[in-house]
Amino acid sequence: MTVFLVIIALALLAVTGWQLSKIFELSKGPGADSTQIANDNDNRKQARYMLWFMIFLYVGMAYSFWKWSKLYLPEAASEHGSQVDTLMFISIAIIMIVQVLTQALLHWFAYKYQGKKGNKALFFADNDKLEFIWTIIPVITLAGLIIYGLFTWSDIMNIDEDSDPIVIEIYAKQFSWQARYAGEDNTLGKANVRFIEGRNNVGLDESDPYGDDDKITTELHLPVNKPVLFKFRSQDVLHSAYFPHFRAQMNVVPGMVTQFGFTPSITTAEMRDSEYMVDKVQTINEIRKENSEILRAEGEMPLDPYEFDYFIACNKICGEAHYNMQMKIVVETQEEYDAWLSEQATFGEFMEN
Amino acid sequence: MSALATAPAHDHHDDHGHHHKQTFITKYIFSTDHKMISKQYLITGIIMGIVGIMMSVLFRMQLAWPEESFAIFEALLGKWAPDGVMTPSIYLALVTIHGTIMVFFVLTAGLSGTFSNLLIPLQIGARDMASGFLNMLSYWLFFLSSVIMLSSLFIESGPANAGWTIYPPLSALPQAIGGSGLGMTLWLVSLAIFIASSLLGSLNYIVTVLNLRTKGMSMTRLPLTIWAFFVTAIIGVVSFPVLLSAALLLIMDRSFGTSFFLSDIYISGEVLSHQGGSPVLFEHLFWFLGHPEVYIVILPAMGIVSEVMATNARKPIFGYRAMVASILAIAFLSTIVWGHHMFVSGMNPFLGSVFTFTTLLIAIPSAVKAFNWITTLWKGNLQMNPAMLFSIGFVSTFITGGLTGIILGDSTLDINVHDTYFVIAHFHLVMGISAIYGLLAGVYHWFPKMYGRMMNKNLGYVHFWVTAVGAYGVFFPMHFIGLAGLPRRYYTNTAFPYFDDLADVNVIITVFALITAAVQVVFLWNFFASIFYGRKATQNPWNATTLEWTTPVEHIHGNWPGEIPSVYRWPYDYSKTNEDGEYVIKGQDFVPQNVPLQENEEELNH
Repeated sequence: MTVFLVIIALALLAVTGWQLSKIFELSKGPGADSTQIANDNDNRKQARYMLWFMIFLYVGMAYSFWKWSKLYLPEAASEHGSQVDTLMFISIAIIMIVQVLTQALLHWFAYKYQGKKGNKALFFADNDKLEFIWTIIPVITLAGLIIYGLFTWSDIMNIDEDSDPIVIEIYAKQFSWQARYAGEDNTLGKANVRFIEGRNNVGLDESDPYGDDDKITTELHLPVNKPVLFKFRSQDVLHSAYFPHFRAQMNVVPGMVTQFGFTPSITTAEMRDSEYMVDKVQTINEIRKENSEILRAEGEMPLDPYEFDYFIACNKICGEAHYNMQMKIVVETQEEYDAWLSEQATFGEFMEN
Repeated sequence: MSALATAPAHDHHDDHGHHHKQTFITKYIFSTDHKMISKQYLITGIIMGIVGIMMSVLFRMQLAWPEESFAIFEALLGKWAPDGVMTPSIYLALVTIHGTIMVFFVLTAGLSGTFSNLLIPLQIGARDMASGFLNMLSYWLFFLSSVIMLSSLFIESGPANAGWTIYPPLSALPQAIGGSGLGMTLWLVSLAIFIASSLLGSLNYIVTVLNLRTKGMSMTRLPLTIWAFFVTAIIGVVSFPVLLSAALLLIMDRSFGTSFFLSDIYISGEVLSHQGGSPVLFEHLFWFLGHPEVYIVILPAMGIVSEVMATNARKPIFGYRAMVASILAIAFLSTIVWGHHMFVSGMNPFLGSVFTFTTLLIAIPSAVKAFNWITTLWKGNLQMNPAMLFSIGFVSTFITGGLTGIILGDSTLDINVHDTYFVIAHFHLVMGISAIYGLLAGVYHWFPKMYGRMMNKNLGYVHFWVTAVGAYGVFFPMHFIGLAGLPRRYYTNTAFPYFDDLADVNVIITVFALITAAVQVVFLWNFFASIFYGRKATQNPWNATTLEWTTPVEHIHGNWPGEIPSVYRWPYDYSKTNEDGEYVIKGQDFVPQNVPLQENEEELNH
């Protein structure tokens, strides 16, 4: 594929070069008109290109949607996510309608009203009615979008503490993530970077009894359909905890605790079995197989086959290895979650060992 | 006001005949003539543009063919590309400096500096800027800041690489990333000087527009270019000082142990003493400039496009008053929307709601402008000069890029596309490509005024069409990989097998980027060759109405050899007819601003 595209690029460049040389010749020759101001001939030609460009634009947009809309993330794996997606689809539909109409008008007018000697343009300087119409239409459309957006936003951001969410701290540092479960008491122990010492690498206050039963892990496990409240803490620079599949993201800011809450609604196993993911993983594995063959030919290690897992990616530039700061997320049933959690050592046990 | 303004200018005219002879240095280097200064801005901007675009070509190659070895990397990046493979640290540096150069040095100084300087005195009918000396100083500070920025590329620890937004703590701590040492110091010094330059320039523009308009040039008779430059200068004066304060506080945090932006940091095995600062404060200060900045970039382009489009459509710009009102509305709103860059920064979600509201409001004046441009084309007599093509291209990319702003400005939707390639696609189309098109439209249109020669139109056509196709080819597909959740500023995406199926889209984008960058050579050739060998220009090649075309082709100090022309009408009397359907001036489809009202001519509001 890559080789193919490179060949296309080279071919296009060659065509460009050839066309350029032709133009250079034209530009030097004793052309009929050398004022360098567009004449009727230029107007006609360029207007026609405008039409071709419009076609290119529409074909290009249609092709992109046909080929790449499947790249859109899979069905949201959190309860609020479907609201986000609905709003996203409404917004995309609206902007594509506007896009198609306005680009058509723009390029069509550019073609239709191409200049010709002797033609008279219409002296048309003002029209209050028209301007009122195209002020009021965006006002109404945007008002709708704003209202929908704001309701959804406050739904997402105002965390309902009464629903008794599981409290989990996401701890960020260059270039890894850790999760801290609040334990039996569902209360996180106090922490500050000034307590970091030896094995206590997230800076828990050892004198705080709430911290004793906290559990620190390097994988994030979540029970399905239970609200979770994440508290984010960073020990060095800004990071951003991006959970694309859950339509969730929050910056992680040194010196303060930020938060985001959501309820995972699809387990990892269910997501792996979804039609979308089966397809995607198959495509990815075909690509990886191809790449592995190239690697093998060069005497290097082939790539492992891929299996889908949710992840947190760092999405705020945080240093050289920013591109590889990730943590695996597993969404599972309550039983699986309980079993996994019970295997994890509490902070107290961890410090004693 | 105008009577006051013409009196001293007239004095100047009187001693025009016998002022001392200029040496090479006073004419070409330390010139106080606004026309020469505008050329200096343009050429410096073009050189910075070449550097900035080359950088994007390099990191696009890395993104398409991650960690492959290229001879060009080894040649240009030296120790930062051992065996021709780009390192993550230089990748981030390229991204950082590309952003900085393009936003500040090319699109702020190169665009606004060039055309404000060239057009403000010429279009309002003034001999020069209010202060020629400050104007010269402004250019030389810009030059100095460019030199410092470029010199940071050659230092041992590498240039700044914490992103062009330089969020602390990353930008404050050399332990966190190599470029935050001397590289970041130079970046901050360069920007501080740049801000001083920008402020001197802006104050000069404001004063000149307010005080030096010729007789009859009321504010409602100003060409839209001048309105745009004037309002741009005001936004600059309001917001650039805030960036300066952010930069100063950051310098103090870095060098003097203060804690404005730093708190609770443990890095390379030790706890830092900083306590109580907040990086979110920096984000507020940064975006208080950062967002108006995109309008500082786009408003001059809008002004240029309005002017070029009316001239080449042989029609008045549709809705002049609405255009002015929307420039003012955009300028006002631009200062109260900065928070939309910070929806997920950890600030109070209620603020997010407020900023969503103000942000989506800004779509209204923008939509009005787009519709007005389209209507300006309707029933015109379109002269397809290269400048006109770039203006039409501007409207196209401005719409495409602007529409996705509705998604990003909505806090709910921003959660999931924040800092992904969707953002890159959005802002490159709406303020990168569009502003570049505005800049290019301006260069093609006013080249005859700047250099007294014409640029080659056929090369202009090639330049436009390849660029237009290429720009969409680069940025339209980028929306889709953004919606797929691909974060920006990743050295390579191979660490996430989940993104493996986006690799071929990245290759397509890079191929288009290479072609688009290559075709800019045609422009450079056309530009520099035409300076020396272009066909001699006539006084008013595009049959335009504005005052700059009443000056002689040969530049003279003071612009007009005789008295400054007076103005009797607005600048958009194109194809104006009398009741009998004849043009106001027989056989001529335009009436220059300095032509008094004709017999039988219907007087309009301007």
